[in-house]
Amino acid sequence: MEAVQNFMELSKQVVGFIYPNEIDIQWSILIVVYPYITGLVAGAFILASLVKVFNVKELQPTYRLAMLTALAFLLIAPLPLQLHLGRPERSYEMFITPNLSSAMAMFGFVYLWYLMLVLLLEIWFEYRRDMIVWSSESTGLKKWVLKFLSLFSTDISEKAVAFDKKTVKIITIIGIPSAFLLHGYVGFIFGSIKANPWWSSVMMPVAFLFSAIVSGIAMVMLLYMIMVPLRGGKIDMKCLDKVASFLFYTVIVDFSIEVLDFIHRLYESEESIKILSQLVTTKLFMSLVVLQILMGMLLPLGLMVVIKVFRLQEEVRKLLYFVCGLLIQLGIFSTRWNVVIGGQLFSKSFRGLTTYKMELMGIEGFLVALALLIIPFVILSILIKLLPPWKKEELAGVE
Amino acid sequence: MKDFFKKLPEQAVRVVTVFIGLVLILLVVWRFILPPELKDHDLQITATVEREVAKEIKYAGAQICGQCHEKEPEIKKVGYHRDLSCESCHGAAQKHVENPTEVKPTSPKKRDYCSYCHKYNSSRPTGFPQINPDRHNPRKPCITCHNPHNPKPPTTPRSCAACHAQIERAKAASYHALIACAVCHTTPEKHKVSPRTVIPTKPDKREFCGKCHDKGSSRKGVPTVDMAAHGEKYVCWQCHYPHTLGGI
Amino acid sequence: MDRRDFLKHFCWVISSGGVLGGVSADAWARMLNKTYDTTKHYYGMGIDIDKCIGCGRCMEACKTENDVPAVPYYFRTWVERYVIKTDRTVSVNTINMESDEPGDVLVEKDVLRSFFVPKLCNQCDHPPCVQVCPVGATFKTDDGVILVDSKRCIGCRYCIQACPYGARYLHPETRVADKCTFCYHRLVKGLLPVCVEVCPKQARVFGDMKSIASPLGRFTRMNKIHVLKPSLNTDPKVYYANLDGEVN
Repeated sequence: MEAVQNFMELSKQVVGFIYPNEIDIQWSILIVVYPYITGLVAGAFILASLVKVFNVKELQPTYRLAMLTALAFLLIAPLPLQLHLGRPERSYEMFITPNLSSAMAMFGFVYLWYLMLVLLLEIWFEYRRDMIVWSSESTGLKKWVLKFLSLFSTDISEKAVAFDKKTVKIITIIGIPSAFLLHGYVGFIFGSIKANPWWSSVMMPVAFLFSAIVSGIAMVMLLYMIMVPLRGGKIDMKCLDKVASFLFYTVIVDFSIEVLDFIHRLYESEESIKILSQLVTTKLFMSLVVLQILMGMLLPLGLMVVIKVFRLQEEVRKLLYFVCGLLIQLGIFSTRWNVVIGGQLFSKSFRGLTTYKMELMGIEGFLVALALLIIPFVILSILIKLLPPWKKEELAGVE
Repeated sequence: MKDFFKKLPEQAVRVVTVFIGLVLILLVVWRFILPPELKDHDLQITATVEREVAKEIKYAGAQICGQCHEKEPEIKKVGYHRDLSCESCHGAAQKHVENPTEVKPTSPKKRDYCSYCHKYNSSRPTGFPQINPDRHNPRKPCITCHNPHNPKPPTTPRSCAACHAQIERAKAASYHALIACAVCHTTPEKHKVSPRTVIPTKPDKREFCGKCHDKGSSRKGVPTVDMAAHGEKYVCWQCHYPHTLGGI
Repeated sequence: MDRRDFLKHFCWVISSGGVLGGVSADAWARMLNKTYDTTKHYYGMGIDIDKCIGCGRCMEACKTENDVPAVPYYFRTWVERYVIKTDRTVSVNTINMESDEPGDVLVEKDVLRSFFVPKLCNQCDHPPCVQVCPVGATFKTDDGVILVDSKRCIGCRYCIQACPYGARYLHPETRVADKCTFCYHRLVKGLLPVCVEVCPKQARVFGDMKSIASPLGRFTRMNKIHVLKPSLNTDPKVYYANLDGEVN
């Protein structure tokens, strides 16, 4: 009876006609969180690769932080998927009997590849020498944890360290296409659904990728601005300016892609255009027009132009960068929301709109989603404790 | 192989060993621990089909009813309800087939049930017999006048509206309200028995409408046109719908 | 797995008895054992829009036969009512199988045309749902029916997103995807899908496309046929006659 009442409540908010089975929104806030998180992973990794592959020396202070951020978020990435399943206890089937024609079936393999063969491996080679040194300096549990993490390796000769460096570079080169794969593939999951005109687009993987890079760079920038002072260091303004300028360019690319997609849809004006315009101007107005485009994209772009044009003081720049970073996070989260939830708000009959009522407490509710967004930061703080991204002299600002 | 390992630095050997270990564990799990039902897609398909086939049947199907009930199917097969399955009205009856004495199928006697099909609804195809339950002998059970196994109007339909309610309603609000159906349509008696195969006529000459609507007509207050100059190729009703207000 | 194994599995189901219950089940078993070969059939359905009277018997029978949740929101089959007004606006709603139609107060002269459209899984020849299922829990049988393995479906709902027709839903109790099976458990025993069985107007026609003479064969020969959303290239096997272009 409660279910019936619930449906009656929902059906009152339906505008026009929807197929009866469409009364349920299938993919909830958790599926919004998932691409947001993998986007951060891919973006952070791309920033790190700028240092190793493209030799952008100014960004060196963010390299290790970016890698650890990517790892912390990647560890949580499968959780929202797992939790939203109708039958979570059966998720192992994805590995045992994957359907090779399914984009989603590849998730497990792409994920494992990226986690094991890219991130963990690169971090291991990057930190190996330090782990050996640190374990010899510390005592008790920490000594043994570090020893175990370094797989009890002991060789810190110059030759061995040189090998580490070379390997890191090779892994990064493999890692860039892998990061593209990890997130572009998430875009493909949506972009390949021909039944849904809001999703179905070749631009989807590309748009996902660039928004991912934007969010990842912004996140590392934020973390850098928070963590360095917290650990008693001084923010390297050269580095910060460089990060911000990469951020600026990627936001421009991302924005161009979105605008191109928008104009293309509007100009082609296919069968679905009526219902999609109705969707954008009513149910998605706040999250798409206001949050995603105005607040999350145009405002930070404007701020960054201001920073570039007027030579502002360090403190003001820092403040504005910080605000930009936050706004961009908000904007990219809204982007994910608009794709995932927006794509389910209109009926595939193209004759009506439905509503998503987010639960608060339930397993697919707001609190769980919030927890999933907080856990990576907890993991990150542990990782930073265990594997400090900066040496003491770096923090003090000595080159 | 050994040489290759010797050439690798110490740390690389460690990493490679860990990975080989993991892959081996996975292989062992896959090969020896996982039961075939988990791995074999064909087995799983077979099992699903089996489960699907084994699902309980609740509607027995029209064939089986006649094996016990002789009278009703005999009556039904000549009437308008000849295409209906028994279970369309009597509900799921497989339980009754299995246990005829104890489980009885439903036998709807209320007006609402007949209304599912016969209540007037403008979306129903024209010619399908429909009534307005509020006006058609309210509260009298349908079966007092109509035998559901061979439903017939108690007398032959007095008006065409018994089946053509949609047209009747539209016409009542039009300028042609006072013209009887038979003025324009000649209806063979057999149309009442075989509505789909024997069809009433429509006016096939322009002059028929011209009697009132031609320029020189003597009728007062009727819109007229010069029939010689106006759409000469067509019969009037090919453009004008005479049953609606304004006739367009 | 070869055919013989497949049949053996069928036999196993049948001989395991009980599940089907009753004497007639044994009769089916014997029949099935000898005659049913999945490769010899390929099923499809025809729907004549001009015949549907929107009585909702198919919806009710389907819910009963297939244990579809009773709430008025999950359907394996449903009927939509289209009203196209003279100002070309279209209003659509799913008919309610219980109570009276609200909003039937239509002014006749405002209605350009109106009709009912029964919907169900189209059992596509190129099913997008099967393509996207990550674990291969949904598949097409040899006789052309799309089934869901309820023991393996992980409830990711990708198939529900991929279905252009809204034919799938997540079953609220089993938490796996559920859909129309053409009443597969009835087909293999020579019975009709229950919606076809109870349709009083024979607006639904069922048949085997591999047999030379079947009601579906005649249906597709005598009518101009259209399918839903042909541009998506899903090749539906539910064929509509007299379908209006407004329907999607």
